[in-house]
Amino acid sequence: MIKTDALIIGAGPTGLFTAHQLKLIGLDCEVVDNLDKIGGQCIELYPDKPIYDIPAVPECTGEELTNNLINQLKPFDIKFHLGERVDEVKKDNDNWIVKTNNGKSFSTPNVIIAGGVGSFEPRKFSPKECEKFENKSLFYSVQNKKVFEGKTVTIFGGGDSALDWAVELTKISKVNLVHRRDEFRGAQATLNKVKELTSAGKINLSTKYQLASVNGSNKIESIDIKSDDGETKNLKTDYVLGFFGLVMQLGPIANWGLNINKKTIAVDTEKFETNQKGIYAVGDICTYPGKLRLILSGFHEGALAARACFKLARPNEKYRFEFTTTSSNLLKRLGKKD
Amino acid sequence: MPKITYITHDKQSQTVEVQNGLTVMEGAVQNDIPGIDADCGGGMACATCHVYVKEDWLNKLPTKEDGEEDMLDMAFEPKTNSRLSCQLTVSAELDGLIVNIPSKQT
Repeated sequence: MIKTDALIIGAGPTGLFTAHQLKLIGLDCEVVDNLDKIGGQCIELYPDKPIYDIPAVPECTGEELTNNLINQLKPFDIKFHLGERVDEVKKDNDNWIVKTNNGKSFSTPNVIIAGGVGSFEPRKFSPKECEKFENKSLFYSVQNKKVFEGKTVTIFGGGDSALDWAVELTKISKVNLVHRRDEFRGAQATLNKVKELTSAGKINLSTKYQLASVNGSNKIESIDIKSDDGETKNLKTDYVLGFFGLVMQLGPIANWGLNINKKTIAVDTEKFETNQKGIYAVGDICTYPGKLRLILSGFHEGALAARACFKLARPNEKYRFEFTTTSSNLLKRLGKKD
Repeated sequence: MPKITYITHDKQSQTVEVQNGLTVMEGAVQNDIPGIDADCGGGMACATCHVYVKEDWLNKLPTKEDGEEDMLDMAFEPKTNSRLSCQLTVSAELDGLIVNIPSKQT
């Protein structure tokens, strides 16, 4: 069990700056994120897209913003738990016991949800029967390519992941590649390679088709794919891979007894506290009258939630407001003064 | 104001007035029309405001920007008449537009 003053769920810009604020006022914190990297939506959805409304930063991309926030955390020692999803939050006297899907548990008086619009999960196939083959003969990521050796693999998707795996797996498997339209989006070199392998008969390409149904009892034997004009084709295959990017799911947060409406959590605007004492929500996931879904609003919300955490983490101390320009305490924490 | 008709998957039809300059997605969100999630808030980054446009409207709409078709690859059951409603800005030309909302967005 990891004990900490505050646990932040979500390592996007709001979560990162909230961590900064907690450390600055002298509290410990740990950060959990379902993604395997820091940055949240900024990294996952728009790493290359310029953002123009961060105060004092005329223009930066999602990736640059994330890197700057990480740099700003350098003076502090913050533990990140990446690739872990918080599944359970339960009250235990004055503390919250938080458990992740990997079996890690935390005990903390303060939980700050900076979860954006939920956790990123792979987007799945629409036919219902796909679920029963999931992680057996149907996958949304590749953990171990060895299982595909000597088998037929059908890959769906038109982006880099689909194309990269199509090329890679031709070395050990028979590959079908299926995409809903003629154009692919991917690195030019990969596109050329796919073209070349298709001409050479190494990739069996079906464009303007989508998955219609999956056949088999314990494992997949074949699939049916359907074109826009209703024509169906049967493909014999051992495995199916789908690469349709990620979607955001509110996930387990929905079960924590919070006041949730349309995937957002209601908070007050003094502490950004939810209807549960010691659980706060900041950034895109929170709502209150006048809420703006801007990164700058997340920074403000995190700063205030951090101050509220102080009361519960240090019940016998009084929080004193200080400026980084003048406070020797803060400068010490920032490593600018001995 | 232009009128936009939203038909949900269970055939509930709702016609609302949407201010010029707003997007078809914003029209749905502001009027509490179910089935348009718009997770990314209109950034063409999530494909959860996906709609099917009635065929006779397809050619009257602004053409797809680079990237919209890429995002539609990710959408739930995309068809040839699929669009992202965050990319459809409402104007007098769109008055009377009818869009169908898919059974789900993810």
